[in-house]
Amino acid sequence: MSLPSDDRIEFLRAKAKRIRQHIIRMLGRAGSGHPGGSLSAVEILVSLYFHKLRINPEDPTWPDRDRFLMSKGHAAPVWYATLAEAGFFPLSELNHLRKLGSILQGHPDMKRTPGVEMSSGSLGQGLSVANGIALAGKIDKTSYRVYVLIGDGECQEGQIWEAAMAGAHYKLDNLCAILDFNGFQIDGAIESVMSPLPFAEKFSAFGWNVITVDGHNIKEIIQALERAETVKNKPTIIIARTIKGKGVSFMENRYEWHGKAPDPQQTEQALKELQ
Amino acid sequence: MPELKCTRESCGKALVELGKRNHNVVVLSADLAGSTKADEFAKTFPGRFFNMGVAEANMINTAAGLAVSGKIPFATTFAIFASGRAWEQVRNTVAYSGLNVKTIATHGGISVGPDGASHQGIEDIALMRLIPGMTVLVPADAVQTPKAIFASAEYYGPVYIRLARLKIPVVTKDTDSFIIGKSQVLKEGTDVTIIACGTMVAAALSAAEVLLKDNINATVINAYSIKPLDTETIIFWARKTGVVVTAEEHLLAGGLGSAVAETLSPHRIPIEMVAIKDRFGQSGEPDELLKEYHLTDYDIVEAARRVRVRAS
Repeated sequence: MSLPSDDRIEFLRAKAKRIRQHIIRMLGRAGSGHPGGSLSAVEILVSLYFHKLRINPEDPTWPDRDRFLMSKGHAAPVWYATLAEAGFFPLSELNHLRKLGSILQGHPDMKRTPGVEMSSGSLGQGLSVANGIALAGKIDKTSYRVYVLIGDGECQEGQIWEAAMAGAHYKLDNLCAILDFNGFQIDGAIESVMSPLPFAEKFSAFGWNVITVDGHNIKEIIQALERAETVKNKPTIIIARTIKGKGVSFMENRYEWHGKAPDPQQTEQALKELQ
Repeated sequence: MPELKCTRESCGKALVELGKRNHNVVVLSADLAGSTKADEFAKTFPGRFFNMGVAEANMINTAAGLAVSGKIPFATTFAIFASGRAWEQVRNTVAYSGLNVKTIATHGGISVGPDGASHQGIEDIALMRLIPGMTVLVPADAVQTPKAIFASAEYYGPVYIRLARLKIPVVTKDTDSFIIGKSQVLKEGTDVTIIACGTMVAAALSAAEVLLKDNINATVINAYSIKPLDTETIIFWARKTGVVVTAEEHLLAGGLGSAVAETLSPHRIPIEMVAIKDRFGQSGEPDELLKEYHLTDYDIVEAARRVRVRAS
């Protein structure tokens, strides 16, 4: 296991802060988009991109790279900000989010954005795709690992459970899903809209190795990612308990900020809080 | 009478042949491997065959993951499920990104027979044709089917291949070429152009024979590539004969007839379409159903006579 030093954790926390600032700035500029579920997933992506993933931003399609997919495609801003910070494309591209001709579409588009492994946006499909990549890895006996971020509201899609069945059936231990369990979807709390709970028991019953972590604790996330790699014959899901809108007081745990961009005043206030 | 052969069986053999030629070919099935004949591949290459269970949406997206990893996945199931149940997966994950996923859809059309309306895919050509960048192939017989499968493997991008359930007459030759985006002129005539696909190609040929007795000399085109459509050949023969009949085992809305009408709309050429009129299928023997839904050689003959009257 390679666990980061305290200095390294501090560095990762600083990255997370910068990424949150990017998210607010880019959404403020775009005038639309999804802040809540982007801010909740920041530490997850930071732990992956700046610690765990074997990737090369200079060579984004290097065959042996680890794969990360975002099934909850509406959280594209956190992915874009992370990819830019990791060096996949210039930070200046973040200014063009959701604009005509931009490499940064409203939802991820693999044909336009370096580092985006798979297009998404229509919920429920990414876990199946991750299964397919993991299966290919098994056929070819490659060493890459596949990571996929799914949403809690997204687990209302039946296809998530089709994929959960298949991932366990084919013993995809090279696959690790991470559930951004922030508790809210666009219409309200997930339990009030259509409860997909309990997650741990469900995935466990489907044959998955389940690890639960505080999704804003980088050390815990990294430990879970390392542990997942040691589990054989079954896929792992890391259930990351997170706070929707994390880091911005007026967005935290407010479902109204699922899919609404801050206005200029709100942007300024949010950025002040994220200093 | 031409020999009757099953397109599904020739498809099953072709997949095995393809698997031998190219180790990147993998096959997925949604619990119907015995019916789609994907089981032959499963027996020969168990490590490259994945039964995904009764879960078509998951199958198509798993195929997408295999495709981005350099595999050439062929996902197999019935036409109604391949095109309907998994439509949005094909649209948003496969076609939007131009992924190299091939769908083999057996049991297309109403001649599926006794299983009834729920299992008769009669809108699949329309559903697949309207997705940007999709390729839609409907081979006319068991000789053309392997060629469609080999051609789709050579081509990089999403392809939908529609096959029938029943044995159908062999109307093409081993030596005939198969090129995505082209068509095949099976008979040249001067009085009417009959453009057909799949199971209706044999019916078009026999309609042409009947018409000849009335001194109506028909051109018969096997439009095996619905998308991209061979517009050049279609416009050439439509202009030469002045009138067109289309024939397909599919709903009138959105199928081959619609594609031909879109192509010919600037040319002021009358078209009659032999297709299923806004109505679901039902149980019955294939022959009975084809008669009931006006999809026989006789219906093509009648359509040819009508369209000639309209033009005169």
